[in-house]
Amino acid sequence: MKDFSYLRAASVDAALQAAALPGAMLLAGGTTLIDLAKCGVTEPETLVDITHLKGLNSIEVGERGATIGALARMGHVADHGDIKSRFPAVSEALWQAASAQIRNMATIGGNLMQRTRCPYFRDPANFPACNKREPGSGCSAIGGVTRGHAVLGTSNACIAMYPGDLAVALVAFDAVVHLGLRQVPVDDFFLLPGTTPNREHAIEPGEMITAIEIPGSASARRSTYLKIRDRQSYEFAAASAAVGVEFEADGRTIRDLRVALGGVATKPWRARAAEDALKGKVLEPDAVRAASLLAVEGAVDHGANHYKIELAPRVVARAILKLGETA
Amino acid sequence: MTVHNIRHGDASDGALSEAVGGRLSRVDGPAKITGAAKYAVEQRLEGLAYAVLVESTIASGKVRAIDTTAAEAAPGVLQVLTPDTIISLRTASDWFGTPPPDKPYCPLARDITFSGQHVAAVVAETFEQAVAAAALVKVSYDETPSIVDLSDAKAGDGIPIDAMTKEWGDAQAAFASAPVRICAAYNTPREYQAPMEPHGLIARWEDDQLTVWEPSQWLDGMARTYAEWFGVPFENVRLVSPYIGGGFGSKALALSHGAVAACAARMLGRPVRLVMTRPQTFTGYGGRAATRQTVAIGADANGKIQSIVHRGVNETSIDGMWVEPLGSVTSIMYATPTFSSKQNVVRVNSVVPGAMRAPGENPSAFGIESAIDELAYEVGIDPLEIRLRNYAEQDPHAKKAWSTRQLREAFATGAERFGWFRRTPEPRSMRDGNQLIGWGVAAGTYPVRRAYGEAIVRILADGSVEVESSSIDMGQGTYTILAQTAAETVGVRADDVVVKLGDSRFPRAGVTGGSRLAGVMTGAVYKAATSALDQLVGLAISDPRSPFHALQANTLVVANGRIGSPRGDGPDVSIAELLKSVGRDHIEATGDTMPANSTSDDRYKNYTTIAMALPHTEGDYSRHSWCAHFIEVRVDEDFGTVRVSRVVSALDSGRLYNPKLAESQWKGGIIMGIGQALLEEGIMDRRHGRIVNNNLADYLVPTNADIPDIEVISVGIPDLHSSVLGGKGVGELAIVGVAPAIANAVFHATGKRIRDLPITLEKLI
Ligand SMILES: Cc1cc2nc3c(=O)[nH]c(=O)nc-3n(C[C@H](O)[C@H](O)[C@H](O)COP(=O)(O)OP(=O)(O)OC[C@H]3O[C@@H](n4cnc5c(N)ncnc54)[C@H](O)[C@@H]3O)c2cc1C
Ligand code: SF4
Repeated sequence: MKDFSYLRAASVDAALQAAALPGAMLLAGGTTLIDLAKCGVTEPETLVDITHLKGLNSIEVGERGATIGALARMGHVADHGDIKSRFPAVSEALWQAASAQIRNMATIGGNLMQRTRCPYFRDPANFPACNKREPGSGCSAIGGVTRGHAVLGTSNACIAMYPGDLAVALVAFDAVVHLGLRQVPVDDFFLLPGTTPNREHAIEPGEMITAIEIPGSASARRSTYLKIRDRQSYEFAAASAAVGVEFEADGRTIRDLRVALGGVATKPWRARAAEDALKGKVLEPDAVRAASLLAVEGAVDHGANHYKIELAPRVVARAILKLGETA
Repeated sequence: MTVHNIRHGDASDGALSEAVGGRLSRVDGPAKITGAAKYAVEQRLEGLAYAVLVESTIASGKVRAIDTTAAEAAPGVLQVLTPDTIISLRTASDWFGTPPPDKPYCPLARDITFSGQHVAAVVAETFEQAVAAAALVKVSYDETPSIVDLSDAKAGDGIPIDAMTKEWGDAQAAFASAPVRICAAYNTPREYQAPMEPHGLIARWEDDQLTVWEPSQWLDGMARTYAEWFGVPFENVRLVSPYIGGGFGSKALALSHGAVAACAARMLGRPVRLVMTRPQTFTGYGGRAATRQTVAIGADANGKIQSIVHRGVNETSIDGMWVEPLGSVTSIMYATPTFSSKQNVVRVNSVVPGAMRAPGENPSAFGIESAIDELAYEVGIDPLEIRLRNYAEQDPHAKKAWSTRQLREAFATGAERFGWFRRTPEPRSMRDGNQLIGWGVAAGTYPVRRAYGEAIVRILADGSVEVESSSIDMGQGTYTILAQTAAETVGVRADDVVVKLGDSRFPRAGVTGGSRLAGVMTGAVYKAATSALDQLVGLAISDPRSPFHALQANTLVVANGRIGSPRGDGPDVSIAELLKSVGRDHIEATGDTMPANSTSDDRYKNYTTIAMALPHTEGDYSRHSWCAHFIEVRVDEDFGTVRVSRVVSALDSGRLYNPKLAESQWKGGIIMGIGQALLEEGIMDRRHGRIVNNNLADYLVPTNADIPDIEVISVGIPDLHSSVLGGKGVGELAIVGVAPAIANAVFHATGKRIRDLPITLEKLI
C-alpha cells in the first residue's frame, strides 16, 4: 500500500472534479477499495471521500418503483420495509451478501463497483499475469485454480466471475443506474470481458453513480433470491438466482418471468431464454426444470468449475418452483 | 473443602463454582472483552521500528540476486536484510533437544524450497513505510521443477518411518482369508490453524539481554531457541506472552520470522516489531500436513474384526521432517487379533508442516472411523453396534489395561440423548422435502500426555493469593482453573487469587500442547498452594504472636480467607489479620511435580524440550481420553450442500477442573471438526506450488450460521493414573472423530461415501 492523499469532497460536483484527476478514486464504504489497496491491486494517489455527501442515501419506494441513493448502506436497503415487500429479491440478495459488519459499512454504489474475487487478480506479487489488472499480460487463472471462475460470458482474455449478489437481482428487474443525469440500464452497465477485461463498467472518468432505480412490477413483487454455497453465510455464491414471476388470473399460467444468475458468469447474467421458454406456460415442475437448463446455454467450463453448469439450472428451478408454491 | 475427596467429573462436581470442578467463568474474560488485555505485539516501546517480510514467489530453485536499491532509497527505510546482510546465527537444537549440527543458520533463504519462504526483510520507521519499501525489493530466481503435493508424479512413495510401524499377528494373511473385506483410501488436505491473532513479535536487545514479546504456547522452549540462535545464555532471553489469540499448535516454536526480527533489533540497536500478514500465515509456518491412508479391514460375517491393515502417508517439506502419526487411533480403537500399520512421509515443496489440534489422531480417526462404518454397511449391522462388538477391553497395541475408558458409557449416553435407536438403517431413507437426512456416529480419542510443571504460590499481606507460572492461556482457561486450584487449596475465594502467566521469568512450564497443561499445572499449583497453606497454618499454631498460639491445636482450617479451629471454637481471624499479628508481609512456596531427585539439568531439559514427557503407556496403564459423536446432517439433494443440524457428543476427559471451560473447549473442537469436514482445504495452484486461498475470505472456517446447538455430555470419572487431580486431556479430544461422523452421516443421507475431505458440494451433486 503506497502513500495517498485524502480529500473530503464538499459537493457532488467537487467530488466529480476531483475524481476525474489521474490516480484519484472515490471512497465510499471502503470495503472493496481498502481491501484491494492492501493487496497492492489498486494504488490510488488521491481518495475522494464521498460518504458525507447529502442527499445520496435516500431510499424512496413508490408505485412506479424504487430509487435508492448511491450512498445508502447495504444493511439499510436490505431491511427497508417497502423494499422487502415490493422487491423481496433485492432485499434477500443483500441479506445474503457479505457479513453484517460489511453490510453496515458498504454502500449501494460501491457494491455495484466491487471487483472479482479471482485469486490471481488479487495477488500481483505472485501472479504478474492478469489481463484485468495489466492489459496484455495474460491470464494466470486459465490452467490454474478455477473452482470459483465463470462458465458464462468468458473470453480467452479473462474468465473472472462477477461475485456480487445485488446486481443479479437488479438485472432481473431491469434496473437503471443513474450517473448523474446519464442513465444506463444495469445490463449495459456491466461489460463482458472480451478483449478488454480491464474495463468492467460503462462509467467514464469524472462520472459517479448517484442512484439506482428499479421499476416496480408484479414479478418484482413476487420474487426471490436463492444463493447456494458451501458455507451457510459470508461466502460468495457457488451459484445463485434472482427470480420473479407474475401469473395470469388463473394463478398457474406464467405471464411474466424474470431469471438472472449469479456466481457463474462474468457479469450479472440475465437468462432470457429460460424466461421465454416458460412465459405463457403453466408452472409445472418438469417444464420448469427443462427450461432452467436454458439458463446455462453456451456455458464453457475450465475443469474445476464444471459443477456450476450442473448447479445453476437446479438453483433456477428451485427458485421458480418456490415462487409457484406461494401462488 | 479439600481436594483429597475426589468428585465425579461432571457439572455437579464442586458445589462452589470457585472450587476445582466448579463452573467459574473465565477470569480473563472481562479484560479481553473490554480491550484492556494487551497482547504481545501491542506493547508500546520507545524507538520501535517495523519489519516486513519479502517472500519467495517460486516454490523451488535459487535466489539469483536481490536488488535492494529502490527499497533502501524509499522513505523511512532503516535497513534491508538479505541473506548477505543479515547477521549469522547458530543452528538451534530441535524440540527433543537433539544437539544441532555445528553450522550457521540464516533465517532468510538463498535456496528456495517452497513458495512463500522468507528471502528478505525491510525495516522502517513506520509499518506503512516498511510495507511500501518491501514491494520495491526485486528478487530474481533460477527456478527448478517443484514437487507440488502427494499426488505429484515426482513425489514417489516417500521415506518409510520405521518407528511408526505397529504390527501383531499376520494381518495380511488374516485379511486375505477373512469372509468380509473392505479396503479404501482416505485423504485429508492441507489444513491451517488460522488463529485470529496472526504470528508476530517485538524483539528488544539490551546489551546481551533479549526480550521477546511474542504469542507463545511454550515460553521456555522458545527462549531456548532464541538463546541458541544468538549464542547467549538461556537466562539472557525473556519471553513475554500474557495473552494468545489462538494457537491450535502453531505457536509452540520459535520460527524464522522471529529470528529475522531479533536479528534486525540486534543490528539496529532498536526494538523491532514484525507481524505476519494473513497470507503469510499460510506459508510462514506449517499447517496440518496433507495425508493419505488406506485402511483394509477383514471381519467375519458378524462384523467381528479379524485383521486391520493400514498404510499411511503424510507430506513433509524438502528439508524438514514432520511425521503425522496416522496409525495412532487405528491401533487402539478396536480389538483385533492381527494388525499392521506402516507409514511413509513424502517430501514436497512446502513449508514444513506443523502441529494442529490433535496431530495424528485427527486424520487417523478419519480413516478408521470411516472404514468401520463401511464395514457396518457391508455386513448389515448398525454402525453403533459394530463398534460395541469390537470394543477393545484393553489397549490392543500396548497390551495394557486402560487407566479409564468410559467409551461404552459415551456410546450409551450419546445414543440415548441423540435418539439413535430411531434411525432407519438404509441410506436415503430419511428426508424432509428436498433435504436428505443422515445420522452418523464416530468415536475419538487422544492420549494423556504428561510432563512436569512448577509454580509459585504467595499468600500476600492483604490475604490475597498470587500464583506465578511461565505456562500460558490461549483461551483454554489456564488463568481460571489455576485460580480455582489455588483458591480451593489455600481456602480463599477465587476472586482473591491473581494468576500471572506468560513470562519466562516465572517458575517454569513445558509446552502447552497435547492437552497436557491443565493436568500438569493444576498439580504444580496444588503442591505449591498446599505447602503455602502448611506454612500459614504452621505459623498460626506455633508463632507466639498468633492468636491461635494458646489453643495448642494440631491443625487449623482455612476457608473463605479466614482461619479457625476445625471445631469452630477459639478465635476466627482473616488471613490478613493473622499475617499482621505474626509480623509477616507474605508467605511464599514453590511447588513442582518433578521427581524428587531431579537436577537442574533435568529441569532445564524438561521445560525446554519435550524429551522428558512421560509416555502415555508408562507403567501398567494405557491412558487416553475418549469420546463418541452423534451427528445429524441435512444434504440438499439438488445442490449437494451439507449442513450439520444436530450434534450430541459424550466425552470422557476424566475429572473436569471446570466443566464450563471444558465444555467450551469441546464445543470449539467440534466446531473446528465441522470446518474440517465441510470447508477447510488449502487449494494449490499446481503450476506454481502455491496455496491461492491464503486469506479468510477464501479459506473457509465455519460461521455461526453453520453451527447448530451442540450438546456435550461429560461421562468421565477421575483418573489418578493420568494426573494429580484426576483429569485427562480436554483440548484436542473433541475434534477427533467429528469429520468421520459427518462423512458417515453424509453416506447415510445420500448413499455416497466421500473419502476426500472436505465434503464440498460438487462432490455430492
Ligand atoms: C470478505 C468479503 C465478502 C464479501 N461478500 C460479498 C457477497 O457475498 N456478496 C456481495 O454482493 N458482495 C460481497 N462483498 C463485497 C461488498 O459488498 C463490497 O465490498 C461493497 O458493497 C463495496 O461497497 P463500499 O461502499 O464499501 O465501496 P468502496 O470500497 O468504497 O468502493 C468500491 C469501488 O467503487 C467505487 N465507488 C464507490 N462509490 C461509488 C460511486 N457512488 N460511484 C462510482 N464509483 C464508486 C470506488 O472508487 C471503488 O473503486 C464482500 C466483500 C468482502 C470484503
Ligand atoms: S481470470 Fe481475469 S482476473 Fe483472473 S487472472 Fe485471468 S485475467 Fe486476471
